[in-house]
Amino acid sequence: MLDNIDHIVLVLSGKGGVGKSSVTTQLALTLVRLGYKVGVLDIDLTGPSMPRMFGLEHGKIHQSSKGWVPVYYDDSKRLSVMSLGFLLGDRGNSVVWRGPKKTAMIRQFIKDVEWEDLDYLLIDTPPGTSDEHIAIAEELRYCKNVDGAVVVTTPQLVSVNDVKKEINFCEKVNFKVLGIVENMSGFVCPHCDECTNIFSSGGGEALATNLKLPFLGSVPIDPTFNELIEMQLEWKDRGSLIDQYGKSALSTIFAQMGEKLGWAKLT
Amino acid sequence: MNTQLPTPEPEHCPGPESENAGKSDACAGCANKEICESLPKGPDPDLPLINKRLANIRHKLLVLSGKGGVGKSTFTSMLSWALAADPNLEIGAMDLDICGPSLPKMLGCENETVHSSNSGWSPVYVGDNLGMMSIQFMLPNEDSAIIWRGSKKNGLIKQFLKDVDWGDLDYLVIDTPPGTSDEHLSVTTYMKELGIDGALIVTTPQEVALLDVRKEIDFCRKAGVKILGLVENMSGFVCPSCGGESKIFKPTTGGGEKLAKEMGINYLGSVPLDPRIGKSCDSGESFLDLYPDSPATEAILDVVDALRDEIE
Repeated sequence: MLDNIDHIVLVLSGKGGVGKSSVTTQLALTLVRLGYKVGVLDIDLTGPSMPRMFGLEHGKIHQSSKGWVPVYYDDSKRLSVMSLGFLLGDRGNSVVWRGPKKTAMIRQFIKDVEWEDLDYLLIDTPPGTSDEHIAIAEELRYCKNVDGAVVVTTPQLVSVNDVKKEINFCEKVNFKVLGIVENMSGFVCPHCDECTNIFSSGGGEALATNLKLPFLGSVPIDPTFNELIEMQLEWKDRGSLIDQYGKSALSTIFAQMGEKLGWAKLT
Repeated sequence: MNTQLPTPEPEHCPGPESENAGKSDACAGCANKEICESLPKGPDPDLPLINKRLANIRHKLLVLSGKGGVGKSTFTSMLSWALAADPNLEIGAMDLDICGPSLPKMLGCENETVHSSNSGWSPVYVGDNLGMMSIQFMLPNEDSAIIWRGSKKNGLIKQFLKDVDWGDLDYLVIDTPPGTSDEHLSVTTYMKELGIDGALIVTTPQEVALLDVRKEIDFCRKAGVKILGLVENMSGFVCPSCGGESKIFKPTTGGGEKLAKEMGINYLGSVPLDPRIGKSCDSGESFLDLYPDSPATEAILDVVDALRDEIE
């Protein structure tokens, strides 16, 4: 179970909507661009967004003799995704589950998915510190290949406060915090190039300094990235998401983040 | 009484409160069988207490969204400020986000603690006619994490409904966490008999958010909660230096308005992104009072009016 995976990295945040899923997506794309084989596990059961992020909403999970086969981004099999989103009949269906059922589902994701050999498994999580988080911490407790967690925040105090709780959780379950990412830090007006700090600024870096944790970088709001995600299927002729992302300004920021996390280019 | 089960429920579990608990096929071999069999059956014995406690509240409102960070708490606080601006109304705000309570900070009362008396827990008063309750008031320090499973969260929600002494209220506004899970099921189940006036659904324009919001609407239908309307937050951003407008979260699939139409629910309007909203939430002040001339204030007050029309 998970033995053929070299590194497991979780993406966490106490707050919702700070960009856990978009950070997970970009970390995955960055790793693929460096030449690694990457898997993405989405344990946000009531609001799975990974299928949409990678343009895989029509993907289906198949059962093989070894277990569930994740959905591959393309034939090169460099990037695979597992999410409850693939198992729902209709994209508008809600999953109204209490805790024990969520725990059982996550256990199944860990035990039954046949990932093949992966260099990295990224785990995207829902907001909070509850059933999903306790379940994943329990499942990964004896795994030697867990690198730790990347914690995402936005600059406002309201978000930083929730994120402190998440870091507190990481300490309790022995997840090493690999670093803090400040997302939605400033917006550059396309009309006049003036940068406005919509959700204030500096909160993430101050938090990292305060708690003596590595600061991985701040990511500005870039509407072109959202557009890239939302339009990727229409824009198929412009190249794959991986190639198009390489041209985006954000990819440089994430490449630097990768360096800080010790991700070297494979040759 | 502690009703926590030692092992997770099996897939076809009838539920410990069911008449068939311990007797159905799925119960055979389940480690919980004996406990379930021995638990009291029928409706929750606390229901009459909850009904009695909340009987003096005229209107109960839920603020929901499948997605996190779209502005549920911001909207709850705005709604509370706006309603409390009318001195003839008594308002309560309840924060059901157990793992990430942000309402106390937004209403500027995060360092308060809860006092209990013979009549129950007293809410924390932010203004003369605005009280609020949140788990934040019970934490030993601001950063403590609440690492609780669902069943424990349900217990606290029940206590919030059963033990908080709100007195007579005109409106109780309930802020919820993202998702469709324990907190949502509990609050709708416990308040079913009394009746919730309805839910306000908050979204942002991009499809990734709408995707989760569709699920929340589906949940409301399943749970029998009336949807009062949908509001789109963070709709556009007006640059403070040049006045040019940009769509930060592009509504590539038509945004909230189209979703509302598609689902046949009321569209209450859109609120533009104003960086000062975030700032006033961080400092716990009322954005509506500080910047009465902002287009965002106007949009928010329109939504509040539309909501009141819908309820009264």
